[in-house]
Amino acid sequence: MKIISLEQASHVAKLAELELSSDELDKITSQLDDILGHVAKINEADTEGVRPTSHTLDTNNVLREDTVKDSLSQEDALKNAPQQSGGGFLVPKID
Amino acid sequence: MNKYMNNNTGEMAKYEAVIGLETHVELSTNTKMFCGCALSFGAEPNTRTCPVCLGLPGTLPVINSKAVQFAIKTALALNCSINKSSIFHRKNYFYADMPKNYQISQYNRPLASNGFLDVDMGSYVRRVGITRVHMEEDTGKLIHTGSSGRISESDASIVDYNRAGTPLIEIVTEPDIRTPAEAKEYLIALRNIILYLDVSDCSMEQGSLRCDANISLKPAGAKSMGTKTEIKNLNSFRFIQRGLEYEYKRQAGLLEEGKKVLQQTRHYDHLTDTTSALRLKEEAHDYRYFPDPDLVPLIMDKDAVQDIKREIPELPGEKIKRYLEVFGLPDETARLIASDKDTAQYFDRCANILGPGKLKAAANWITGDFAAYLNKESLKIKQSGISAESLCSLIEMIEGGRISSKIAKSVFEEMAQSKKEPQDIIMEHNLEQVSDEGELSKIIDEVIAANDEVVQQVKDGKDKAIGFLIGQVMAKTKGKANPALVNGIMSKKLKK
Repeated sequence: MKIISLEQASHVAKLAELELSSDELDKITSQLDDILGHVAKINEADTEGVRPTSHTLDTNNVLREDTVKDSLSQEDALKNAPQQSGGGFLVPKID
Repeated sequence: MNKYMNNNTGEMAKYEAVIGLETHVELSTNTKMFCGCALSFGAEPNTRTCPVCLGLPGTLPVINSKAVQFAIKTALALNCSINKSSIFHRKNYFYADMPKNYQISQYNRPLASNGFLDVDMGSYVRRVGITRVHMEEDTGKLIHTGSSGRISESDASIVDYNRAGTPLIEIVTEPDIRTPAEAKEYLIALRNIILYLDVSDCSMEQGSLRCDANISLKPAGAKSMGTKTEIKNLNSFRFIQRGLEYEYKRQAGLLEEGKKVLQQTRHYDHLTDTTSALRLKEEAHDYRYFPDPDLVPLIMDKDAVQDIKREIPELPGEKIKRYLEVFGLPDETARLIASDKDTAQYFDRCANILGPGKLKAAANWITGDFAAYLNKESLKIKQSGISAESLCSLIEMIEGGRISSKIAKSVFEEMAQSKKEPQDIIMEHNLEQVSDEGELSKIIDEVIAANDEVVQQVKDGKDKAIGFLIGQVMAKTKGKANPALVNGIMSKKLKK
């Protein structure tokens, strides 16, 4: 059963900023298709009268008070940045 | 304004504009939407971040309860129904303004929906439907390096995540707006309500109130909708109107030539007063929303919503109504006062002190000399240093005949300068109005004796000449003589 087409897989790869060779794309498409086929089994479950759920935890309204906590120093905030400039993260041109 | 546009004179336009607005408002909470970092505009870059808002692995967002309250308050003021259950979604995209590669937003189960805002256009009221009010987090800021600062000409960008995670509400209207002027008035009214609610500073310069507009044209009276464009970068009331006017003209021109309007996102440039198409990747709008597994649903019970509803103050529309119907203020004065929350509060305090008989005098001062002074000094009423109590005692002195209204103006000026109480200024400069008939009579006799010629003119029936004589009395008393009394005594003496 084909659930995902080559075009759809290519689109998803683009959205994920992945550059795939056509061999890789073939392979990924078939792997994604297997995964989706497996997950599709869930559609066989009888959901008649079951309310849609957005979360597996049976809890809601987890909120916090609007109280200020310490932030990181600029130095710590930038520690993982491969490149920085003027206190900011330096990133390549975005097009 | 151009030949295609309805210019409010009742002339039928060839094309009717269909406009909808999306407004983002940064909430003035102490902390961000999902973490305890402080909000602060203009702080050193990346000094208001933490592992949560930097999107570091293993962190979890926790919703700011104050932001939820502020959002509900706003939604209620816009006549929305608060949805019993709402959830947060991830809006996925790759851009360095969000370190997580997604923005937490709301999608198919927003906080509130189905409201409206009545926009007063003077000669008519436009009811603008509010489709939804939802919550989300703001993005970081990118500074594009290179001389022009434009994305297309830069080779790198510097990212500051101080703003990332700031609580935002997005307010989406129905496509109910019909003219660029209505769009502007809608935004002014929306901003004023939010300022009354005290949930945002709504500064368009600092970007805490931002607006995108969707506009399409259709032949007047037609039911079907045209192709719409979205205009971005409309960051002032004037630009909203100008950008939409330009876009109306552009689309009408295309339709006149039988060309198609392309569905585009366009950027408004206030320097050229035009819009131009933004080049966006075709897949840029595929955000693949899905419920954020890190956040559990928000359930709003009726009592909690009622509690928030009780906190909503009297809003501008209700204030204007009260000023007109209860206080009997002129329409323009009522609107002027209600258009600024602090001014309205100031006036309400004065009205309270002075009572119904004298509150109109307060309205006149506040919209007249006081407003002129604030305007001249570029001050807000709160910064004036003149308390409502001081202004009221000045008004009481005028109404009670202790000082003339002319003297009152200079007393007011000194109050503004020295922040002294009017009482003290009057004592200090001996400005109290002279209402002693004996004293005035004496001065009037002197003036009559010294101006034979003018006196004769008055006696010959030239009534206007009496003004000169009264002026002389005012000059002799340095403006302190009670003018009504002087007029009375003078007339009596001259008729003898």
